[in-house]
Amino acid sequence: MTAARNPARRNPLAALWWVPRGIIFGLMAFFIFGPLFNLVLWTVAEKWYFPYSLPLEYGFSSWAKVFAPRGGAMQSLTNSLVVALLTVVVSLVLAIPAGYALARLKLPFRGLILLAFLIPQAFPNLTVYVNIARIFYEIRLNGTIPGVVLVHVSHGLVYAVWIATAAFSAIDAELELAARNIGAGAMRTFMDVTLPLAAPGLMASAVFVFLESLDEFTGSYFVGAPDVNMLPLLLYTTAAGGNYQIASITALLLLVPSLVFMLIVERFLKADVLSRVGH
Amino acid sequence: MPKRLLGLLLVLPALAVIAFLFILPLIMSAVGAFQVEEAFGWGNFIKTFDLYTKDIIFTVVIVSLSTVLIGIASIAIGGYLTLGEHPVAVAILRWLYRWPMFIPFIVVGQILRTFLSKNGMMNNTFINLGLLTPLDAVSFLDWRGIVIAFVWKQTPFVALLVAGAMASINRDTIEAARNLGASRLRLLVEIVVPQVAMTLTVGLILSFVTMMSVLSVPLMINAQSPTMLTADIAFRVNSYGDYGVANALGLISLVLAGSVAWIYLRASLKERA
Repeated sequence: MTAARNPARRNPLAALWWVPRGIIFGLMAFFIFGPLFNLVLWTVAEKWYFPYSLPLEYGFSSWAKVFAPRGGAMQSLTNSLVVALLTVVVSLVLAIPAGYALARLKLPFRGLILLAFLIPQAFPNLTVYVNIARIFYEIRLNGTIPGVVLVHVSHGLVYAVWIATAAFSAIDAELELAARNIGAGAMRTFMDVTLPLAAPGLMASAVFVFLESLDEFTGSYFVGAPDVNMLPLLLYTTAAGGNYQIASITALLLLVPSLVFMLIVERFLKADVLSRVGH
Repeated sequence: MPKRLLGLLLVLPALAVIAFLFILPLIMSAVGAFQVEEAFGWGNFIKTFDLYTKDIIFTVVIVSLSTVLIGIASIAIGGYLTLGEHPVAVAILRWLYRWPMFIPFIVVGQILRTFLSKNGMMNNTFINLGLLTPLDAVSFLDWRGIVIAFVWKQTPFVALLVAGAMASINRDTIEAARNLGASRLRLLVEIVVPQVAMTLTVGLILSFVTMMSVLSVPLMINAQSPTMLTADIAFRVNSYGDYGVANALGLISLVLAGSVAWIYLRASLKERA
């Protein structure tokens, strides 16, 4: 490295820049990781009260309570996972044909159709959920797992359709043509050539939809509660009841999948797919 | 022609979900806002403004203030990532700023509730460092808590968009201005920010709409009066079964979000004209 390129060597005082940098990065780290560290402490705090700044006793009794076979938490965890998995399945079943059509077939109003899937993200949705709850109450879907799944699907569909469209358009059409030329039918070509090539992109959209569903609060609050209990609802009721240990463990269960996904998202969403999202 | 028909058939089921589970309830809420016991009228709005004018103003102020703070923070982060000269410092910032992005709002509400309370970790740390005396410690779980939660959660998202746009700016203009002796702050304000204005506005509008519809943060951090419209809607439905006023409140928040989008549309049309 030449001296001109390295500011530290160009100017001996440049090292002093680390003082303001250190203060700003330190404050940022405190405000980003402080609340997260606090959360982890609460999950293992047996005794913690004013005026102590750290827990007095540590232990895993709250974890045992959460994972007790007959505890309400296990029920919420199961419900959340079942709803999230069903939401992924339904979203993909809807999004794969739609994405393929949007990417490959000449569609009238293609831009408008893509935009339509964005509507649920672009309007304040609380009042919509209130009215969905009323409709579902009439047709007896309120307070059922299928009801909650449908609400989550409407919200997650934008990720599923947009990413699926991008994944299909990133595939070289020549490969499909080659398969057709050696005598494969349209369906066979799609199953054996197109679908496997689009799989990483579809996988990414599935994870997005899964996380959206896992973290969704408002729709579950109006359509699911109190019959279908989900993790975010459990978090809300335990926190409102002042049980910070259970609330923090629930929060951690919701948090970990999101953080893991953030760290690996680049592996699933390749640049060639990412650059086509929304086009 | 049959190929077009096939395409529409493939898209139709997904579109039907949006139509029946979003657009239909949206229309229902707009109609319901004007419905007072089977007749149409302004009754719900009169009641709404009677009871909730304070909360409407509170919501607008909180969300606008948060949007401004998110804008400033994301320009600062994006700007440093683009113009920062020390590779190690840039790498540290790039690693640091993204963490809150994927954390769900309900979890943000819970962790900030324990962090910002009177005896929470923030005050405790400041007291232990000697920056604060125990008597001066106050709880931040009021309007400030909501603003902090929104800025905490939404800044990484807008900063990611803004930093991406800044990275694709032509470096030549930046280098030219730098050679003429422009300071980094001036470079940021006069050259970089104007070129990413569109991306910044889109990110901020999406954040604005998101914050207008978040229920969990006001419920977790500050559910006393005055509070945000989302908490009022939930209260109206759950405690009174009063769908008329709830829909009127919903329509008001829709109009607020829509007016922001309208400002953006007008600005972008002017730019193209």
